[in-house]
Amino acid sequence: MSDTALPTSIDDTLARLAQHDYVADRPLATCLYLALKLQRPLFLEGEPGTGKTEIARTLATMLGRPLIRLQCYEGLDLSGAAYEWNYARQMMEIRLAEATHDGRSKDALGADLFSERFLTKRALLQAIDPANPVAPVLLIDELDRADEPFEAFLLEVLADYQITIPELGTVRATQPPIVILTSNRTREIHDAVKRRCLYHWVDFPDVSRELAILQRRVPGIADTLARQIVAFVQQLRSIELYKLPGIAETIDWTRALMELDALVLDPELIQHTLGVLLKYQDDIARMQGSEAARLLEQVRQQAAERPA
Amino acid sequence: MDSINGPVMPFRAPRSGRLAENVMHFARVLRTAGMPVGADRVHTALAALQVAGLASRRDFHAVLAACLIDRVEHRELFDQAFVLFWKDPDLMGRMRALMLPKVQLKDAARPDVPENRRLGEALFPHQPNRPDEQPEQEQIEVNAELTWNDRELLRQADFDTMTADEWRQAKRLLAQLQVVLPPLPTRRQARAKRPGTVDARATLAAMARQGGEVPQLHWRAPRSQPAPLVVLADISGSMSRYSRMLLHFAHVLGQAQAKVDSFVFGTRLTRTTRLLASRDPDLAVSQVVRAVQDWSGGTRITTSLHEFNQRWARRVVSSRSTVLLITDGLEHGDTRALSFEMARLHKSCRRLVWLNPLLRFDRFEPRAAGIQAMLPHVDRFVPAHNLQSLSDLVAALTQPDTPRPAPRPRPAAGA
Repeated sequence: MSDTALPTSIDDTLARLAQHDYVADRPLATCLYLALKLQRPLFLEGEPGTGKTEIARTLATMLGRPLIRLQCYEGLDLSGAAYEWNYARQMMEIRLAEATHDGRSKDALGADLFSERFLTKRALLQAIDPANPVAPVLLIDELDRADEPFEAFLLEVLADYQITIPELGTVRATQPPIVILTSNRTREIHDAVKRRCLYHWVDFPDVSRELAILQRRVPGIADTLARQIVAFVQQLRSIELYKLPGIAETIDWTRALMELDALVLDPELIQHTLGVLLKYQDDIARMQGSEAARLLEQVRQQAAERPA
Repeated sequence: MDSINGPVMPFRAPRSGRLAENVMHFARVLRTAGMPVGADRVHTALAALQVAGLASRRDFHAVLAACLIDRVEHRELFDQAFVLFWKDPDLMGRMRALMLPKVQLKDAARPDVPENRRLGEALFPHQPNRPDEQPEQEQIEVNAELTWNDRELLRQADFDTMTADEWRQAKRLLAQLQVVLPPLPTRRQARAKRPGTVDARATLAAMARQGGEVPQLHWRAPRSQPAPLVVLADISGSMSRYSRMLLHFAHVLGQAQAKVDSFVFGTRLTRTTRLLASRDPDLAVSQVVRAVQDWSGGTRITTSLHEFNQRWARRVVSSRSTVLLITDGLEHGDTRALSFEMARLHKSCRRLVWLNPLLRFDRFEPRAAGIQAMLPHVDRFVPAHNLQSLSDLVAALTQPDTPRPAPRPRPAAGA
């Protein structure tokens, strides 16, 4: 078996993801395994910075497939997401036909103008192109950023892995791509989209998983510092903040602290680097002053009670 | 092995069919508890169980969760139902043999009654000690003096003092209110008659049809859509009569072409968007009344606004939204926090309109601490105690206006 074959069980999925430095929990691995096995799109929802996009990247390298990414934004339409006719070349074709008088009938010219030669393929069409040697991983990122009418474009792709182009006909994937959709939940995605997918809510990791992620993603981190950072961030997530720090922020913060040659956390250091961890002024203001010191003291006490 | 290239695996029912049956029963329980679990989801779950999930209880849970849930709020409900439904000590062993007996819930070892009322009703439909739901009783006042039918007088009548008959007529008048909300341009385009952006696709299709002759250009223009509305209604005791009429009003707005999200709050915040979706206004409002438990209780504006900002604002309020806040603003306690929550709400929407029935008093002065705290953060402060004020509000909503600085609280006049 080559190392890019599909995983054979949930445990295998977990192990293979870990090989590629993605520490997943078991429910997520189960969903992934099912998505691969049942050939269903996987819809991942969760707070920003919990590794939703990363899973698609990891999957692509793990399975040796190309990654096709569609970043959603408001106003994204068919020509940005699926395909577009190359109008400039079509115009030239018309002018050429006029200039050379090659005797093509109107109908023939019309049919020619809307043939695959003049089609510009965008992400969705690329992903289901029958000419693909291997089915790619299609990442539809931050679907909640697109407006609601856009979701309707996706239904045909998600259900049947096909796109119907009125002028050309239906393009259908010979091998269905692996589809991952992500959403930060700034709005509800329509049930029609969700119905076609497997759903998983990506939670913040627990202490042991966050520690494992940190050790893999930031090599060379001292063990004591890593433990302190994880304990502090976990403690921070228990406070009601407007935007809780995700795992991406933890990694950024760790890198920042390593750049500053920190060996242990101290209140002053936390004050100065808080902007890496928290992105709202209200949240930062809350942590300013004695609050950060108090949290840190709690973390220290916990560490003393439960020595590693 | 490499089944990704093959067709999607067709579902074969397990030989004994017991597992399939129980998954179906489980789905039915979830459905009764209010989770939208379609037959297709059950189908997926059964197909998924053939691939994975029978190795341990945890995997079984994960597989069912992946296939049957589609929003995070349902996770807790699902987990509770899962524990209750699949509560069988030797479950996994027997399931491997696909010989699962029907789960008997109503017998001796009845599990602890679930916290969730909906789930409780779904699992134990005939629970005897559940109090019957009290039908909502309207206070009917008979007042011989106030039987005039005049529309104009009715328009000026205060909701709080209306008779039952007037109330009915007022509702009828309200339903006739024509609401045309001003369209805002979106980022999406549609075909247009007038010159704007050239619609290259349509133009070239026309050229191709005519064999390349000089084309008549086709056009596109930005599509517009009315701004979405978010209604936040206070249903505490002092507000209940007004709020009820304003829920009718929200229903009218929802039947216009705009997208309306509605919430009610007393001591807690409840989302009522789906309940108000029913076309019949009386049905819709009574559904809200039934679903919300703290109707006419106390009010905690600060905590309710906080919960809205924290949990909902990022999901339902966009930079295009108009927020209608319906409350008397009589909040006791920490007004600094209230001011902070109002400021946050104001920042996340396009327009914040505060409807306050207290404005019916001609010489109303915003002296209460809560009102003082809220006023600086609203774009408009309007009365909402009779039909006239509501139609004025509609007129105001219809005018495309730009957000403007909030009015300053007027200095209190000497008594």
